[in-house]
Amino acid sequence: MAGAVEGALRDRRDAGGKALVVYVTGGLGDDWTDTVRAVADAGADVIEIGIPFSDPVMDGPTIQAANDRALASGATPTSILTQVSGLDAGVPLAVMTYYNIPFRAGLERFAAALADAGVSGCILPDLPLEETGPWVAAADEAGIETILLAAPTASDERLSRVCARSRGFVYGVGLLGVTGVRAELAASASIIATRLKQLTDLPVLIGVGVGTPGQAVEASAAGDGVVVGSAVVQGMLEDAGPTGVGDLVAQFRVALDAA
Amino acid sequence: MGLSDPTPEGRFGDFGGRYVPETLVPACQELEAAFREAWADQGYRERLDGLLADYAGRPSPMTECENLSGELGCRLLLKREDLNHTGSHKINNVLGQALLAQRMGKTRLVAETGAGQHGVATATAAALLGMECCVYMGEVDIVRQELNVFRMRLLGAEVRTAMSGSRTLKDAINEAMRDWVATVGESHYCLGSVMGPHPYPWMVRRFHEVLGREAREQSEAILGGVPDVVTACVGGGSNAIGIFSGFMDADTELVGVEPAGGAAVGRGIPGVVHGSQSFLMQDEFGQVLEAESISAGLDYPGVGPEHSHLAAIGRARYENVTDAEVVEAFRLLSRTEGIIPALEPAHALAWVFRDRVALAGRSVVLNLSGRGDKDVAQMMDVLGGGEGS
Repeated sequence: MAGAVEGALRDRRDAGGKALVVYVTGGLGDDWTDTVRAVADAGADVIEIGIPFSDPVMDGPTIQAANDRALASGATPTSILTQVSGLDAGVPLAVMTYYNIPFRAGLERFAAALADAGVSGCILPDLPLEETGPWVAAADEAGIETILLAAPTASDERLSRVCARSRGFVYGVGLLGVTGVRAELAASASIIATRLKQLTDLPVLIGVGVGTPGQAVEASAAGDGVVVGSAVVQGMLEDAGPTGVGDLVAQFRVALDAA
Repeated sequence: MGLSDPTPEGRFGDFGGRYVPETLVPACQELEAAFREAWADQGYRERLDGLLADYAGRPSPMTECENLSGELGCRLLLKREDLNHTGSHKINNVLGQALLAQRMGKTRLVAETGAGQHGVATATAAALLGMECCVYMGEVDIVRQELNVFRMRLLGAEVRTAMSGSRTLKDAINEAMRDWVATVGESHYCLGSVMGPHPYPWMVRRFHEVLGREAREQSEAILGGVPDVVTACVGGGSNAIGIFSGFMDADTELVGVEPAGGAAVGRGIPGVVHGSQSFLMQDEFGQVLEAESISAGLDYPGVGPEHSHLAAIGRARYENVTDAEVVEAFRLLSRTEGIIPALEPAHALAWVFRDRVALAGRSVVLNLSGRGDKDVAQMMDVLGGGEGS
C-alpha cells in the first residue's frame, strides 16, 4: 500500500499536474512552523523538514548556514519532532537529515519517533543503496517511506535497483554537486528525469540546483515534479517570514500549474 | 602476517562501510576496482616502489635513542618517517594514490589537510606527475600552519579555505567531499588517512604497510627479536596502522595515542561521518563534536574504522595525552636526541614518558611520523623565544 507521500504525489500527477516538494530547515527561527504551514497553503504537495546535522556533506552554503544557525539556537532532533507533532500542516511531511542522527538515536527508536510525530517519509542523503538495510528494516516496520536519491553518475542497472527500493518518490539528483541555487538548470536534470521515468512508475522528482520557478518548470518537463530547497531556505535566512516564504512558494506553484 | 582485508562491503568487524551520497558510489566502486587491479600489476608496483626509494627516500632509518633511553629507563627506537621527502609518512600514501589516479585518467587531485603535511605531500605528487591540485584547509589551521600553506602554493597547488563549522580538519574534509561530488569525472579525492568510505581505509593502509615491514625488519636486526611495544599517534590513524601492520602476528603490544581533546577511541561512541562507521566524539543527538588539540594534524573527532575494530577486539589499546604533556615531549626529544619531532608523534612520546615506570626495561618502537619544522613557529609562541638560551 502506498504511503502518504507517494499518495499525494500520485494524486498530483493523476490530475495532470507537476508536484512541488519544498524543503524547510527545522528549528530555523522562532516562526519556522508557521513557515511550514505557509508553504503548505502556498501549494506544496509534500514538505521536507530538515533536521540539522553538524557535517552536511551534500549541502551547499545556504543550507549549511541554516543548519548552523538552527543548531546554534539550540534545535535538536527531539525539539524539532516535538514541534512537528503539533503542526497539522495538511500535507504529508518527510524528514531530511544525515544518517548519524538516526544511528545515534537508535534506528527503530528514530523511525518510531518520526511516525509518532506524524511524519510520513525520510531522506538520508549519505545513506546509499548498499547501506540502507538496517534503516529500511526499521523504517518499513514503522510505516515510514524511505525516499532514495538517484544520481546522474549511476548506471541504469543501479538506477533500477534504487527505484525498486525507494518509497514515496524517487529523488533524482539534478546535477553533479551539492544543494544550492545555480544561475541555470544543469542539462543533467532533464537527462536523469528521462532515465528514471523509463525505469519506474513511482513519482520522479528532480532536486538539487532547482532554484527558480523557471528552472522548476524546465526540470519537471521530463519528470513528475521538483524539490526546492535552498531558494526557500535563503528566504528564511533573510527573514522573509512565513508570508514572504509562502509568496515565494506560490510563485513556483503558479509556474508549474501554468506549464 | 599483517592485518586482514575488510569484507567486500568494506567492513572491519562492525566498522567501516561506504556512507557517501549516491553520486559518489560509482566513483568509490571504480576506485576500488582500479586499486585492486593496480595492486596486482607488477608494473604499477615497480613504479611505486621506485618512487618510494628514489624520490621519497625509503627505506627510512630506525634510530635507537641512546640518550633518551637512559633517561626513560626503556629501550626506545624511532622509526624515522620524519626523514622522508616532504617530512612525514604521508608521502607513502600520496604517491600510491596519485599514480593510481593518473592510471584512472584523472587530471586533478583534491585533498584535505590539517597540519598541512598531507596537503604538502599531495601538492608534491601533483607537481611531480603534472596534475592539478586543490587542497582544502580549515581557516584555523591556515593561521597556525602558515608555512605549509606557502609550501603548497609554491608547489603549484591551490589552497582553499574551509570556513564552516570548527574550521579545522573535519570541515576541510566536508569541503573536499563537496568538491568531489561536483567534479567526480575529472577529480580523484586523495584522502589523507585511513578513514572515509571503502576502499580508502583499506587502500591507504596498504600504502603505509611499507613502513611497518621496514620497522619489523629493522627492529629485529637491532633488538634480535620483536619489540615489546609499538606506539604511534592517532588522529585518523594512518601512521599508526602502517606500523601496527608489521607486528600483527607478533607478541607485541600495540598502543595508539590520541590527543585528550580528540580521543575518538578513548571517549567516543560508534557513529557515522565522512563515509564510515567508527568511534566518534558526538553529543547525545549525534552532532559531531569539535576536537581540540595543539596539533592540527590530530584535531579530528573521528578515527579510522580499522582502529575502532582493533580496539573492539582488544588487539590494540588507545591512550590519550594532554597538550601540556605533548609540549614537554616535544622539548624532551629535541634536547636529548637532537631530533625536533612534529607535534603529532610527540603525542606518542608523551605517553611513553608518562608510562615510563611501567615500560621500564622494555623495548619500545615509536613511529616518528613527521618532523617538527612546521611546528617551530607555533612552538615559539607557546614556549617563548627564550627556549634553549
